[in-house]
Order: sequence, then structure tokens, then C-alpha cells
Amino acid sequence: MTGAGTWSLGESDYERINEHLTELLKECNARCALVVDRTGQLLANAGEELSFDPTVFASLTAADFSANDELAKMIGEPEFASLFHQGEKESMYLADVARRVILVVLFDKRTTVGLVRLRVKQTVQDLSALLDEMFSRAPGQADKGGPLDGADDEIDKLFGK
Amino acid sequence: MINYASREINCKLVYYGPGLGGKTTNLEHVYGKVAPEQRGKMVSLATETERTLFFDFLPVDLGTIRGFKTRFHLYTVPGQVYYNASRKLILKGVDGVVFVADSQMERMEANVESMQNLYDNMSQYGYDLTKLPFVIQYNKRDLPNAAPIPELQEQLNPGWEVTDPAKQRVTPDSVNEGEFLISQVDGTWIERAPYMESIALKGEGVFETLRHAAKLVLKSMN
Ligand SMILES: Nc1nc2c(ncn2[C@@H]2O[C@H](COP(=O)(O)OP(=O)(O)OP(=O)(O)O)[C@@H](O)[C@H]2O)c(=O)[nH]1
Ligand SMILES: [Mg+2]
Repeated sequence: MTGAGTWSLGESDYERINEHLTELLKECNARCALVVDRTGQLLANAGEELSFDPTVFASLTAADFSANDELAKMIGEPEFASLFHQGEKESMYLADVARRVILVVLFDKRTTVGLVRLRVKQTVQDLSALLDEMFSRAPGQADKGGPLDGADDEIDKLFGK
Repeated sequence: MINYASREINCKLVYYGPGLGGKTTNLEHVYGKVAPEQRGKMVSLATETERTLFFDFLPVDLGTIRGFKTRFHLYTVPGQVYYNASRKLILKGVDGVVFVADSQMERMEANVESMQNLYDNMSQYGYDLTKLPFVIQYNKRDLPNAAPIPELQEQLNPGWEVTDPAKQRVTPDSVNEGEFLISQVDGTWIERAPYMESIALKGEGVFETLRHAAKLVLKSMN
């Protein structure tokens, strides 16, 4: 284990994240919500079906956020905890969650940024607590042994010696 | 990241190296050769002159192991010295690194500088390049002014000392016959990063590099 990007997401955690997202969407009348980790990987999404490639969207979200983090530091802020991109019809609101993941909410004229911002606060708190719990759990307890344990031969077979 | 819900293993592989070395060309070749259902869109945040400004991004599926889809997120960094801030951001959460060196003699200094910069940026995140899956690709082997491999190895891949006694044994290089990844040099155990030769412009060595790096990344996860 090299400790760079390695971690895992269990099914029950995934479901709990999804519940929080669904709840948020109901309360603020937004179109959809996504959770993306800091390395640009999509963890979960809820709401309307996405009309774009979510993998690409996730990687750009992480890049957007980390570039803005650097900009924040340059002007003497520790971070921008949230970002708001306003479009003519569609807008997006991004919020940091415990410096581990990013919550993205896409919304249109059916709601307002004020309401979204207000509701996101609660979801950020809920997700932070959930992530703290996920990461404080003894490693490997939930999923003893990863799927690749002892899979060297299979890996060789897939990629060639 | 291992996602048990979607049964996917997601890995981040970063192509690093000096400007104009051929990082973007590597990804373009992969994009062009992989079946559309096994890859996503390629995104290039580039200048008008096609120099990488922030990054290129390409997600590819490299097959299934034990019911888990292995998805690799390939990134390139901007090689130009000037863009270090962006380059560093892309390394966040990296699972493996491919260093694309420009074999041309006159790019030796740029290669060395970029390698040093990689070590510096990695260590600022607390990542240790000698412990992470790491592959060096000597690109542009087609050019007449390409430096000989031993010279590139000496400059860019001199190796590091192996202190773990369990690893102190002669380990052959599976890619380059007759060479070794771990061997004793003047009484000291030295490990070098695996290397491959390539002509990215023609696609030669591109998939070999990707597969090798992917294999090391997956093995580092078990
Ligand atoms: N002769 C030759 N040219 C190559 C090879 N690989 C790439 N090139 C050319 O080198 C130039 C630069 O390639 P890129 O892939 O854009 O380089 P890069 O590393 O992404 O550069 P930055 O984005 O500035 O960091 C292009 O004109 C490529 O066609 C090769 O193997 N042989
Ligand atoms: Mg490039």
C-alpha cells in the first residue's frame, strides 16, 4: 500500500451517500447532485439522468476545485469552501466536504442559489460525519482483504508477463 | 479507489515529463486504438498551439479481474517548466507514474530537470516515487539524434539503494532481456525503475508502457 490514492467505497456507504443526496435534491429542488473525490473520481450521483460523461465531469470538477484552492492561498485564504458557477439556464454549486470529497449540485430556474447554498450546508455536515466514520474505521474491517488479494496471476494473465 | 457498489477499481495514472516529450501523443494513440465502449471522452485543456495547459484526461477500461472492472484514468501534465503549479495539482492522489522522456540528445537537460521536478512535487505530497508504481518511457527512438539507452539510463534512472533485506536479490528486467531491475553494484543493492522504448507518434511502445504501468498499479493494491 503506497498511501497515495488508495481507498475503497463499500456498498452500504455508497447507499448512505445516495440517501443524503436524494434528500438534498428533494429539499432544494435541484436537478442532480454528485459526489467526487479529490483525485477526480465519481463516488455517487443522484437525481436526473446525466446528459454528459460523468467521468470527465468528475475529473474536471476536481481540477476546478484544486486550481481554485491554489488561487485562494495566493490571496491569503486557506481555501474556498464553495464555488458557484452561474449560467444562463443551468448553474452549479460546488462545496468542499471535509477536504476529502466535493459535493456538486446542478440546478436551474426552478430554484435559487440561496436555497441551494442553505440546504447544501446540512448535507455537507452529514457527509462529513459519514466520511469521518468511513475513514476512522479500522482498515479492511468492512471489506476484509481487497478484491485483488493474491490476484498476481490473474493480473499477469490480463496484462501479459 | 475500489468501488464495491459499482464493482470498479479506479486508478489514476499520470504521464509526466518535459515539454514536447510526447505525453499527449501517448494518450492520443490510446484514444485512437481502444474500442469506444472501453474508453470515455478525451479531454485536453491545451493552448491554441496544442501545448498542454492544465492536463489531458482519458478514462480507459483495461479488462475485468475477479468481477471488478479495472478503470484507468490517464492524465498528462503540462511539461513546460512555467506550468509547475498546475503540474503539481495533477499529481494529487496518483496511483502510478509514467515518465515520458524525450530521447533527443539536446533534450537531456530538460529530461533531468523534469525528473527532479517530479521527485520534488511528489515529496511535497509525501509520496515516495521509489515505492510507487513508476515506469520510464524513452520516447522518440525514431530520431537520428536519439541518445543511446545506457546514457539515458545513467542520467535519468541511476536507481536507488535497496535497504529492505527481503528485496535484496537479483531481479531480472522482464522487459529488457539481459538487464536487471534489482542488482548489486559495487557491493550496494540498487533498484531501477523499469523502462521501455517508444515511438509514440507511430504508436510503438505506447500500449506496452500502459499495460506495464497498469500491472504495477494493480499489484500495488493487493
Ligand atoms: N519523431 C517523433 N516525434 C514525436 C514522437 N512522439 C511525439 N512526437 C511529436 O512531438 C511533439 C510534441 O508531442 P506532445 O505529445 O504534444 O508532447 P507533450 O509531452 O504532451 O508536450 P507538453 O504538452 O508541452 O508537455 C508533437 O509534434 C509530436 O508529434 C516520437 O516518438 N517521434
Ligand atoms: Mg501535452
